[in-house]
Amino acid sequence: MGVMKRFSGIVQAKTNKLLDKAEDPRESLDLSYQKQLESLQKVRRSVADVTTAKKRIELQASQLQGQADKLQGQAKAALTQGNEDLAREALSRRAALAEQLTDLKTQHDQVSSQEEKLIATAQKLQAQVDSFRTKKETMKATYTAAEAQTKIGEAVSGISESMSDAGMSMQRAQDKIDGMQARAGAMDELLASGALTDLTNPVDDIQAQLNQAGTTSQVDAELAALKAEVGTGAPAAPELGAAESATPEGSPS
Amino acid sequence: MIVRILGEGQYLVPDDQHAALQKLDDELDAAVHAGDEARFTAALAALAGEVRSAGQPLADDDFAPSELVVPFADATLEETRALLSEPGGASGGDDR
Repeated sequence: MGVMKRFSGIVQAKTNKLLDKAEDPRESLDLSYQKQLESLQKVRRSVADVTTAKKRIELQASQLQGQADKLQGQAKAALTQGNEDLAREALSRRAALAEQLTDLKTQHDQVSSQEEKLIATAQKLQAQVDSFRTKKETMKATYTAAEAQTKIGEAVSGISESMSDAGMSMQRAQDKIDGMQARAGAMDELLASGALTDLTNPVDDIQAQLNQAGTTSQVDAELAALKAEVGTGAPAAPELGAAESATPEGSPS
Repeated sequence: MIVRILGEGQYLVPDDQHAALQKLDDELDAAVHAGDEARFTAALAALAGEVRSAGQPLADDDFAPSELVVPFADATLEETRALLSEPGGASGGDDR
């Protein structure tokens, strides 16, 4: 059996679940309209969820980018200090971040495309809701009981099918987001653990080494200046006389 | 005949296009069974493309059920297979 027939069967099964067996076909028009409105609400909420997921990815990407830029700067600073090993370390971490960034960009593209599609689904559903609101009244007014059975039944099936499609589209977007949320959570943990040299931690190990090297050279410079001032051959400053200072200042009586 | 592309909408396709659609559908079916992602993607794109080019989009106030349904046009083989195992879709010969 063909794929189209089988998909028709899947949609039909979902549609049947949505259909109400109203005694009066006219009543089923109102019920369908209610469901349409609910369906529209759901799609809108789904759009909001997708947008939130997209924003989260954007936030992570900008954090990663910030760290990548920082590592780039650190690599440069390390080279200035003549510490090539440290520069290499910073650059290799930066390369790892670049990979993560590429991955985030792919996710961002996917979630953006889901967002676009869901927005289109919401718009289409909105248009259908609007036209069905007036059309159902016309149908109620014009159809005879006999006509109503078939014509209304068909319209209600068509409406329900659109809702099934919208439901499947939402499910699809949700599935994609769920997968991403898990990865986004893992990324947050990675960022928090400092494994990617978290920006919230102002001094990472590379920075610490850079600072250390900076401090050391500053101390060396000060030492050299002091040596020049004191003169290399000069004896060290006299130590405090140990014996004299031992004189009691006023022992308790 | 009315054909729906999931996530996209319905199209009114002239009946004389039925054979052409059937042929593309057979290829899609074969790709699903072969488990060949590239072949599946190409077959799905061809089928959805044919529906779009041969058919006329149904107006928003035209509430009619569809005769045939095309999967999400950008679906992966994996998600399509998952859907095919849902109620209503399992009636095909999966164990060919």
